[in-house]
Amino acid sequence: MRKELLSRTIWTIAMGLLGIAFLLPFLWMLSTSFKLEKDVFNFPIQWLPQQWNLIENYKQVWSGDFARYYGNSIYITLATTIINVLICALAAYGFSKLRFPGRDAMFVVVLALYMVPPQASLVPQFLLFNWLNLIDTHLGLILINSFSIIGAFMLKQFFMGVNNEYLESARMDGAGHFRSFLQIAFPLIRPAVATYAILRFIWTWNDYQYPLIFLKSKELFTIQLGIRLFGDQYGDVYSLMMAGAVSAILPLLIIFALGQKQVIEGIALGGVKG
Amino acid sequence: MIRKFHLKMDTREAIAGYLFVAPLMLGLIILTLIPVLGSLLLSFTNWNFVAGLGGIKFAGMDNFIRLFHDDAFMKSLLNNLLFIITVPVTIIVALLLAILIDKQVFLKDLFKVIYFLPYISSVVAIAMVWQVMFHPSLGPVNQFLMSLGWSNPPKWLADIHYALPSLMLIQIWIQLGYNIIIFIAGLQSIPKDLYEAADIDGANSWRKFRNITVPCISPTTFFLLVTGVIGSFKIFDLIQVLTQGGPANSTTVIVYELYDTAFNQLKTGYASSMALVLFLICLIITALQMLAQKKWVNY
Repeated sequence: MRKELLSRTIWTIAMGLLGIAFLLPFLWMLSTSFKLEKDVFNFPIQWLPQQWNLIENYKQVWSGDFARYYGNSIYITLATTIINVLICALAAYGFSKLRFPGRDAMFVVVLALYMVPPQASLVPQFLLFNWLNLIDTHLGLILINSFSIIGAFMLKQFFMGVNNEYLESARMDGAGHFRSFLQIAFPLIRPAVATYAILRFIWTWNDYQYPLIFLKSKELFTIQLGIRLFGDQYGDVYSLMMAGAVSAILPLLIIFALGQKQVIEGIALGGVKG
Repeated sequence: MIRKFHLKMDTREAIAGYLFVAPLMLGLIILTLIPVLGSLLLSFTNWNFVAGLGGIKFAGMDNFIRLFHDDAFMKSLLNNLLFIITVPVTIIVALLLAILIDKQVFLKDLFKVIYFLPYISSVVAIAMVWQVMFHPSLGPVNQFLMSLGWSNPPKWLADIHYALPSLMLIQIWIQLGYNIIIFIAGLQSIPKDLYEAADIDGANSWRKFRNITVPCISPTTFFLLVTGVIGSFKIFDLIQVLTQGGPANSTTVIVYELYDTAFNQLKTGYASSMALVLFLICLIITALQMLAQKKWVNY
């Protein structure tokens, strides 16, 4: 028993060191964002700044258009997540709890569409949105990310676990299908919905390709396009670039810290991938 | 009377069913199905969308013939094939780390979080960090190498020979956590009594790994392999931010070529033929997966 304890302790320390090495880029980013520009490339690396410049750096990053990009990202990400989760949950319930002609055939179509790489439809998507005047609008960007097959799959798995008797007895009491969905089935799978919503939030926040192609005006930019632009402007001012990078990652870290268990379990469960 | 009531219930349920799935189905038809068919049609045309619908010219197979003589596109295809190497490397490292995290350490959850951080972080922000770390003369990576006595270390992302391997390294770093999480879930589903039986037979750690862990985890490995290979063909963000396909096309990939052709050069038809090639590749991988699955996965 004591031998096992010792071996576990040694492995934990060894793995801990490896983990720190793995996170060095993050630590370097953080420490650089606290430094004076002249100290950035000092070698050996000063992990704790000689002279702190934290407040100045972040103040300068946030004095520009950063707050606007942030606001845009928060709005787009929240709107997309809410609409996406709702559409997926409705479809998942329909495919798992309601019987209607053609249901299985439709589901096969959905399965087949899952194999299409998103980039294979990118050009016609752009043309369609251009024709609808949705290019360079937030609405266009929200719409393009609102329909997700993976979300419907994941929630369908959970709806299948909901006992039909609950739903039938609700219907006996005169509840319509929408009410049994909203008041009985949906609350029962709330943890799964939360997991999917967190994942969708992260994926949408990090989305780069669609904003890059769909948005043209700077005032509409999301944070991902914003830090890219910032990197072009301050390409040589590395302390500011790193403060920008930290600012862009921070909301994700907060969301992840809050929902860490759900995210990891959700990923593990479905082998989910954005 | 009762039958009539039932019929009515069924019809109502059917109507409700269509209404529940309608938003998703409409979205997928309009935003995925029609565009894919559109890509298919456009790939046989020569068109710049700015010229309007009147400018579409039928081009037959010209685009596809051109693709095979297009050095940049062939290079992107080759780079995508090279990028596949990141998948088995990630899988092997992830399996070893997953076993250690699952069995050998305290604070398991903390380790999962550590390795998962790059995966949830924004690729753009991460790319910027690596860009500075790989700075040819001043970056910490090369300063460290020079302090070890390597007087002329590679220029990494700015070097025609090292740019692609550098990107692959970053890609492995990003994907590792996802693979570890999936493996840990897979490891936990292996029945414990298999290991106990092996202990009774006096099997050592290597034999347990080789004869129990590897075969029992094979469905997970297979899943990661297939999704990883398909995912590696979709790589774009990292390349767009870090190298834009350069230096000298040494890091260009299919999706980057597609993006550049469609949205910078405005060759709509030609870009669509690239999209079709990408689609076919993903389709072939999926078909191969279905064939191979029966052969090498133990369930």
